[in-house]
This record gives sequence, C-alpha cells and structure tokens, in this order.
Amino acid sequence: MTSVPVGSDPVQEVGIVASGDVVKARQIIRTLAQQSRLSLVDQTKLVTAASELARNTVVYGGGGTMRACVARDGAKVGVWVQFTDQGQGIPDLELALTDGWSSGKGMGLGLSGARRLVDEFDLRSAAGEGTTVTVVKWVR
Amino acid sequence: MTERVPVLKIGDVLLVSIQVDLEDQMVLDLQEDLSDRIVATGARGVVIDISALEIVDSFVGRMLATIASISRLLGAETVVVGMRPAVAMTLVELGLSLGGVRTALNLEQGLGYLNSARDKQLGVPGFTAGSPDTGAETR
Repeated sequence: MTSVPVGSDPVQEVGIVASGDVVKARQIIRTLAQQSRLSLVDQTKLVTAASELARNTVVYGGGGTMRACVARDGAKVGVWVQFTDQGQGIPDLELALTDGWSSGKGMGLGLSGARRLVDEFDLRSAAGEGTTVTVVKWVR
Repeated sequence: MTERVPVLKIGDVLLVSIQVDLEDQMVLDLQEDLSDRIVATGARGVVIDISALEIVDSFVGRMLATIASISRLLGAETVVVGMRPAVAMTLVELGLSLGGVRTALNLEQGLGYLNSARDKQLGVPGFTAGSPDTGAETR
C-alpha cells in the first residue's frame, strides 16, 4: 500500500510547507473523498487524519509533499494519501504511535489518532532519513 | 497578515462564530483576541459556534479546551455549540473527548445555559427547582 494500487486515478501532488498548506491539503482530500463517495462520517475521519499528518509534515518534517488519489483495487474504491518529508525522522516508531507520546509541541494524538481514523496506515521513518506516512480509507 | 475570527458582544456574552476553514495562526490569534475582549468587556460568558466547521482536528480541539480554561480564569464560562455529529464521532475516535469543555447542541441552548448559570450565581428567584411562585416544577 505504500505505492498506489494499479488502476487508481492519477495521483495529485502538492507541496506541504507552510501552515496554509494544511488547509489546502484538507480541501484536496475532502474533494477526493467526495469523488470516491465515502460516507460523510468517513469523509470527516479521513480529512481529520490528513489534517493531523499534514501538520506533522510542516511542524516536525520541516515541510514535504502530499500525494493523493482516488484508489481503486478490484471492486474496492477509496482514497489513498501519502505524506513524505526529509526531516529528522522518527527514531522509535513504536513509541511514536503510542497515545500521548509527543515530541513536546502537541498532545501526542496526531499519529496515533490518525491511525485510528483510517483503514490502512503505514509509517516508515528512520532517524535522519525523513518520514513517509501512507494511509487509505475505503468506501464501506 | 492572516484573516481573524470576529468576536461579537451581546449583553454580557461574547459570541464567536467560526465560518471559515481555520488556519493554525487564526486559531492562535483567536485565543489572544478573545482573552483581551473578555477583560475589556467584563463578559461573563463565551459562546463558540462551530456549526460551520467540517472538521475539528487535535489542534483546534486543544484550542477549544485552552480557550475554555483561559476564559474560566478570567471569570467567563465557555460553551461550544453546533458541533456536527460526524465531527463528534471523529473527535472521540481521535482520542479527544473535550472533557473540560461545556457543549450545547445549538446557539439557543448554549445561551440558555449561560443565562441560567448566571441567574443561579446571582440568586435570582424562580430558578431553583420547584420554586414556589410557579406552583409547578419545570422539567
């Protein structure tokens, strides 16, 4: 799932650098969620997760990129979103996904909370090598 | 310069109606503006209407909790009104239940709560349960 499923719609790519880009990311994901016909609650969950991850990209990753598309996998339809940055990375992934863990600026709900709001969640990172988070929300 | 969320005064209540998708800086500005306005006006209550917000993420959620705490220290009670059902479901799943924040379904109920809280505080008769002058208990 770290790569887009074959047969998905074209991927949109947008820079996530300033805090205004978090708003832009939300709008793009909202549009894709509507296109894929996610329910209103699932749209809200996905957009919220994207908002958390986009903010992480700006605040902790020092800026990066969001790639997103309507995903199609056999009969399944959903939204695929990936955030990539070249920041300091996360030394301990297990710990970073624990509720309440925070590097100090937030409440520690961003990563762990975002994971609960989506159907698929993949976090890859290493100290000094940046971070890539990929999520998918499928239409039920 | 970013847009600012307007703070309106109605009697001794400050009304904040959030109508746009919030950028993080707007959230921080609002916290400051509202604190200043509470002190300047001596407001006893704050109503934050979030009915237009399609999402509330952990940043905005934390701001609501912070505003409620700051307002309380400044002598004003905060009620958050108009949360959409999908937003409520998402917030709980995110792990943010906003325990310290008073909420009401809509603006009318929010203002009603602030009025009764104030009357109770001022000891206005007729607001205690089963008050004698009405002859009937209000339910």
